[in-house]
Amino acid sequence: SSNEHKLNFRKSKEACLSFIQDALLQKEWKRAAEFLTCYIESLEKDYSREHIGPSEMIWRTGAEILWHHSQSSMKEFNCFMEQMKTLGVKRYLKVCLEHVFHLLCNGQIDEAYQNLSLAESWRFGEQTAIQDKEMKLIQAYRGLLDYYSWSKQKNILLENSEDGFSDSAVEQEMHGYFRKAAVNLKEIIKIPGVWDIFVKCYVDLLEFYGDHNEARQVLNEYAYNSKFPANPNAHVYLYQFLKRQREPKKSLISALKILHDIVPSHELMIDFNTMLQKSKKRKKRRLGLEVIFAALDYAGWKENVKAWSCLARQVKQIVISEKHLDWIKQEWNSRKDWWPAFHFSRYLAKRNWRENKSLSYEKALVAGILLGKGCKYFKYVSHQGCKAQLKRFRMLKKFVNRHNPVYLRISG
Amino acid sequence: RDFNERCAQCSEVNWGLTDGGRFYCRSCHNVTERTREVVNTDFITNSRVQTISKGSRKQEKNDGGSEWYICEGFQLVLKKQVEALEALGVCPQMKDEILCNFWRCYLQKSKQAYCKRPAGEAVKALSVCESSTDVDSDPERPSLLHLLSLSESEGDLQTDCSFASSVSKVSESTSVYSGSVDGSLYLMKSQKEKLRMTMPMTLSFCYMALLWMREPITLSELLRYVVEGHIPYLNVFQHFPEKMKLCGLDLKIFCVESWPVYEEVFNKMHELAAYLDLPRFPDITESCFLHPDMLCMKYLMEANLPDELHNWTCRVVKKIGIGEVDFLTLVPGNKSTRKVKYDVLAAAVIVVVLKLLFLLDDHYECFSVISFISSQTKVYIFYSGGPYFEFKKWYEVVKHSLDVQQKKLDEERAKYLWRCEKPLFYSVKNKAKVLKRRQMVVNLQNQFGKLSSSVQRAEKPNPSSFQLSWSEKNTDGSCFHRHSLKGILQEKRGLLTTMNPDYWLCTVKLCNEKLCGHLAHYKEVEFPQSYHFVLGLFSFLLQVQPSYIHDEVCMIEHKLFNKKLYKKLKYNTVLRK
Repeated sequence: SSNEHKLNFRKSKEACLSFIQDALLQKEWKRAAEFLTCYIESLEKDYSREHIGPSEMIWRTGAEILWHHSQSSMKEFNCFMEQMKTLGVKRYLKVCLEHVFHLLCNGQIDEAYQNLSLAESWRFGEQTAIQDKEMKLIQAYRGLLDYYSWSKQKNILLENSEDGFSDSAVEQEMHGYFRKAAVNLKEIIKIPGVWDIFVKCYVDLLEFYGDHNEARQVLNEYAYNSKFPANPNAHVYLYQFLKRQREPKKSLISALKILHDIVPSHELMIDFNTMLQKSKKRKKRRLGLEVIFAALDYAGWKENVKAWSCLARQVKQIVISEKHLDWIKQEWNSRKDWWPAFHFSRYLAKRNWRENKSLSYEKALVAGILLGKGCKYFKYVSHQGCKAQLKRFRMLKKFVNRHNPVYLRISG
Repeated sequence: RDFNERCAQCSEVNWGLTDGGRFYCRSCHNVTERTREVVNTDFITNSRVQTISKGSRKQEKNDGGSEWYICEGFQLVLKKQVEALEALGVCPQMKDEILCNFWRCYLQKSKQAYCKRPAGEAVKALSVCESSTDVDSDPERPSLLHLLSLSESEGDLQTDCSFASSVSKVSESTSVYSGSVDGSLYLMKSQKEKLRMTMPMTLSFCYMALLWMREPITLSELLRYVVEGHIPYLNVFQHFPEKMKLCGLDLKIFCVESWPVYEEVFNKMHELAAYLDLPRFPDITESCFLHPDMLCMKYLMEANLPDELHNWTCRVVKKIGIGEVDFLTLVPGNKSTRKVKYDVLAAAVIVVVLKLLFLLDDHYECFSVISFISSQTKVYIFYSGGPYFEFKKWYEVVKHSLDVQQKKLDEERAKYLWRCEKPLFYSVKNKAKVLKRRQMVVNLQNQFGKLSSSVQRAEKPNPSSFQLSWSEKNTDGSCFHRHSLKGILQEKRGLLTTMNPDYWLCTVKLCNEKLCGHLAHYKEVEFPQSYHFVLGLFSFLLQVQPSYIHDEVCMIEHKLFNKKLYKKLKYNTVLRK
């Protein structure tokens, strides 16, 4: 129709909004402010049919601008946020929460706490029930700040006890914070979600007060309850806890197994492999080999000496025992097409030798076994090593030469 | 003008108006036979004219307002607009004689004044809602929502519904449907029988007056001045006097939330001219600004095209007869002639001329010999007079400027401030809420205004007739006015003719405008990029849709190639001239 191209209020504001967004993306705060100034009058028009209304737009874009603009101050920011709170009752708690985050980023812990308390006491008819999730978050963050206070008190207490002082007042305060924190943290972690920081803090509290059972339960829930989203950190926390509790290797291994499945490149894979290599069970040792190979598939591990030394150690051990060469063959099968270029190129040989001799040593061993003594990597490194008259490289050369037939059996 | 006669009975000069529209002497209550006239366009300053109210209605409302009719509001709007036009240089005669008379004629025809019983009389009962029982018990009273939906103006349904529901919920307290006396009646009138006054129509009035006076302002220019703020339109109601309280349905009538479109204002003007039974307008002759020859010259300059092209536009104009007085002059009510859009027509003529000379098929104009040589040697080819005109170079220069201007325009449009200081509320109930909102808006605007970049443009730039300008003083060669067309022309039998022998028609068959609204369908066909560009250029200059200009181009082409078209009815779109 002829009216489609008519420029009207709505289209004009849509255009204005996209200019604001462009300016924000370009980090042109002044320009964004300029357009936002023109956009603001859309508050006077009703947009309740739209998915996201102007008041929300103004809150989000305005907060961004005030946070980054060089001429803006925290005072202005706070004033703005207070206004935004009055704009939309359906968003009240969300705005409060975001405001709190900003305050925390700015180091204003006390103000953040005050805001959280204030928000917690907010009631508004049926909105209170509707915004239940946000309320839980607010309580959780207050619990977090309580934990933070508890932590401070704890440190004071420890310092004092070292000096020989005992301060029951501090202790009482500390316990008080503990109670407040525990209540709120416990609540939030019941709800399926990613609550790493809350879980960590809560477990810390429980451990301090000796409630290990509860701690274990919480961590198990967090890691294994299928309702919760898959979260590698959950397993890491559980593992660390079990380690602290000096649990037997068996439970440690089972905790890390899942981590390996989810994140084969996790840094704990080294610990995992180390544990598995030492195991008496064949299956576990087999798993260990799988784990370390899998970790080294990732670019981030290319120059990790420890990882290479784990692999080297295990490969060497297998070669010497002449048992389970098929394990290596299995692992190598899917990698023989691309690992040579990925890890064992001549360029890398030169670079590794130049930058990190230990790395080149470990890698050369692995390369020598997997690719034979004729491979570029091994040849270069061992030659250089022998030239430099380093004993271990001479040993390496001998070892690989001696076991060269192994390579033939693997590569077949 | 002012009714200054002495009263026959008491010799005082103290007149009032009865509801019947007659003057009566307030000293001795002698009623005369004289009917009411709106004495001059300054209604509000003539405070001696008052109406007597009927018993049930108060004369002055509690909030200090007084009664006013919608047409009075529009009268004020027109007054402001015509004053602004005067400030732009339009002859003052337009205000005092032309527009004034048009307006009076309109009021008379629509029976809002200048007649025995003004139509506003019947509606008084609707204006004030005194108690809820009255509202509910009257079965003939139209529902508010119905009234709102009848209004042409845009509004969002949500606000309408919330307003309607807020009004209907009223129990004891009084609320008003409108600040004016006849606001609700105004929206109820069916559009067909009486031409109901709207904000866009005020511009139709202005344009009609300008056309009558043959002032050098085209409709596209008028609309541009409106958008640029030189002519009041957007929030003109803020100039209403304090006593004229605006609320409720008045907002639907006077508050606009969109800029008027050329087509709308143009069509309305013609409707209006017919409705008022106006005679044939003053002749548009060759010396008038609105004549295609004149407008072509202006647009050629603005489009940075060579002056020599003017010869060609004049030739085309002459050949198809669109420079004739009878073609150009408006005869209201004559349905057989096509209504002339002077600016669009002139632009279309230029487009046709460009097609004649350069073909504009994305090949010919780019790969002409001249272009080829000059692109090889990076030299302007000169003859004794100056450089040859090259389409490609022109395109690059103009495109660059056009892009810059378009970008500027886009940003300005995004930055429009639609609201004004005068707060608007539908009803007394939501007044507090509205004011609170306004306060917040103002605070936020201040806060972010301070953080904005550099200096804000405090005043509007001066109105200018030209949007693009090209100066020959520029040494970068970006002005093409003096360029010569010799490169694409040749002499044949003593006449200069184009080297390009071909022409392609935009469309072989014209549509029936009355059926589908257009002569041709621009968007559905793929035209060469050069053609799109040229249409886009004039579309920007006139601020109309390219399809609008395209329609005129088709019309001109069909007139120009009339004979050939009837000979060749095969769908062969390339003709030999």
